[in-house]
Amino acid sequence: MSPMLEVTGLGHTYEAKDGAHTAISGLSFTVENGELLCVVGPSGCGKSTLLRAISGLIRPSEGTVSLHGTPVEGVPADLAVVFQDYSRSLFPWLSVQRNVEFPLRDLPRAERHERAEEALAAVGLSAAARKHPWQLSGGMQQRVAIARALAYRPALLLMDEPFASVDAQTRFELEDLLLRVRREQETTVMLVTHDIDESVYLGDRVLVLSKSPATAVAALDVPLGAEREQIATRASEEFVDLRARVAGLLQAREPVEA
Amino acid sequence: MNLLTRFTQHWAVFLVAVAAWELLTRLAGSPFFPPPSTIAPIMVDQWFSATFFDHMVPGVGRMLLGWALAAVLGVALGILLGRSARAIAYLGPLFAFMRSIPPPLLVPFFVAAVGVTDMQLPTIVFGALWPVLLNTVDGASGVDATKVDTARVFRLSPAQWTLGVVLPAALPKVFAGLRVSLSIAVVVMVVSELVGSVNGIGYLLVQAQQFYDLPVMWAWIVTLGVLGYLFNSLLLAAERRALAWQPRHSLEAQTLATGG
Repeated sequence: MSPMLEVTGLGHTYEAKDGAHTAISGLSFTVENGELLCVVGPSGCGKSTLLRAISGLIRPSEGTVSLHGTPVEGVPADLAVVFQDYSRSLFPWLSVQRNVEFPLRDLPRAERHERAEEALAAVGLSAAARKHPWQLSGGMQQRVAIARALAYRPALLLMDEPFASVDAQTRFELEDLLLRVRREQETTVMLVTHDIDESVYLGDRVLVLSKSPATAVAALDVPLGAEREQIATRASEEFVDLRARVAGLLQAREPVEA
Repeated sequence: MNLLTRFTQHWAVFLVAVAAWELLTRLAGSPFFPPPSTIAPIMVDQWFSATFFDHMVPGVGRMLLGWALAAVLGVALGILLGRSARAIAYLGPLFAFMRSIPPPLLVPFFVAAVGVTDMQLPTIVFGALWPVLLNTVDGASGVDATKVDTARVFRLSPAQWTLGVVLPAALPKVFAGLRVSLSIAVVVMVVSELVGSVNGIGYLLVQAQQFYDLPVMWAWIVTLGVLGYLFNSLLLAAERRALAWQPRHSLEAQTLATGG
């Protein structure tokens, strides 16, 4: 069986008047079915370009992206993205419930309703269904965006720095919410972050990228088990050790055999 | 804040102004400046007689129809063009030029082009079109990049994208354009009736002026003010309903409700 996502020799160069800028180059990796892969890299290393290429928003200059064996050309039907900027990604003129239902227009009304209610319950927002997004806190808004992505039932869920714009406390809550939800719904997730701790805490594997142009430095397994807990896990020896290795790889920038 | 204080706050200055007007015109005793107490009964007569159906309904009807046509045309074209940077690059200067022509000056052109009996409606449409169109273009082109990406990722249909994302995102600007267009429509209505018409408020106004029937002339001027106020209030109410989702609007509502 082919992996959920297979990226082979991916490279992208932006053409500009003052010369070309290569954002990513020769990037290859896979995301297995049911896995949560965290991609960590320094700021401005081309993480967004990678995400846009995988989601079909841009056509990469080199290499291929395949989603469960099918080459990606244009945005695939069974893919959802949670963006960093939740306040702009949500539609302020729709209620929370309608925001979640909006991408499901092809389904019958009753099923749309049911799916939205289920997804909102999964992120603990059933009580806020009739509110407008801007009436909620930042963390709650991002939960709406996650619910919208879940209700869409994607084969692959992409997350672009999803917790970078919320405070530390909310961030812990959302991280645990993500771990619980993907366990319950067996979602395959690829999450992009610049936060080393977050990548180790959330990931089944961590893919470390180099500075721009981004290439894969290493992919580390995270043997922390399915059950993780903010304080105990982060204090454990394995966690501290892995964090140090990721940090070291980010600094070294030299390709290492993983 | 109770209803009475709100009413007072809203109308106090207006009522004082009317009282001052009454006082000053009575003191002056000039036939050119009749007091409001003389004007008001004439207005009542105008509003509650055959004149209402013979003149006000046709004129105001043309105005509302022309404004509605301009609104539909302006919003539809604006949404279409606003999402194309190329279209705007080509058409922008032309639109800016058209908008700069004072709408009443279009009357002589339309008199020549379509004749004096039929020129009112096209003149109103042409005058009222540009503010709606340009504001809608502005609103539609301002949809942020994250919403564009979100729409693409969730593979929204063209109809969903246009009516469910671009239109609501542009709506605050659309309403700003509609308000400007409404006042232009009223101005063009009267001016076109002053120049040439067989009915309408402008027609009766210029007739009263020619017969030196100054109280009647004044009554029509005040009626125009009342109509303008009325339509603007209705449009504002519609806007408040349509944009109730906006944080700004509900904040205003909260401030009003708490008296803060």
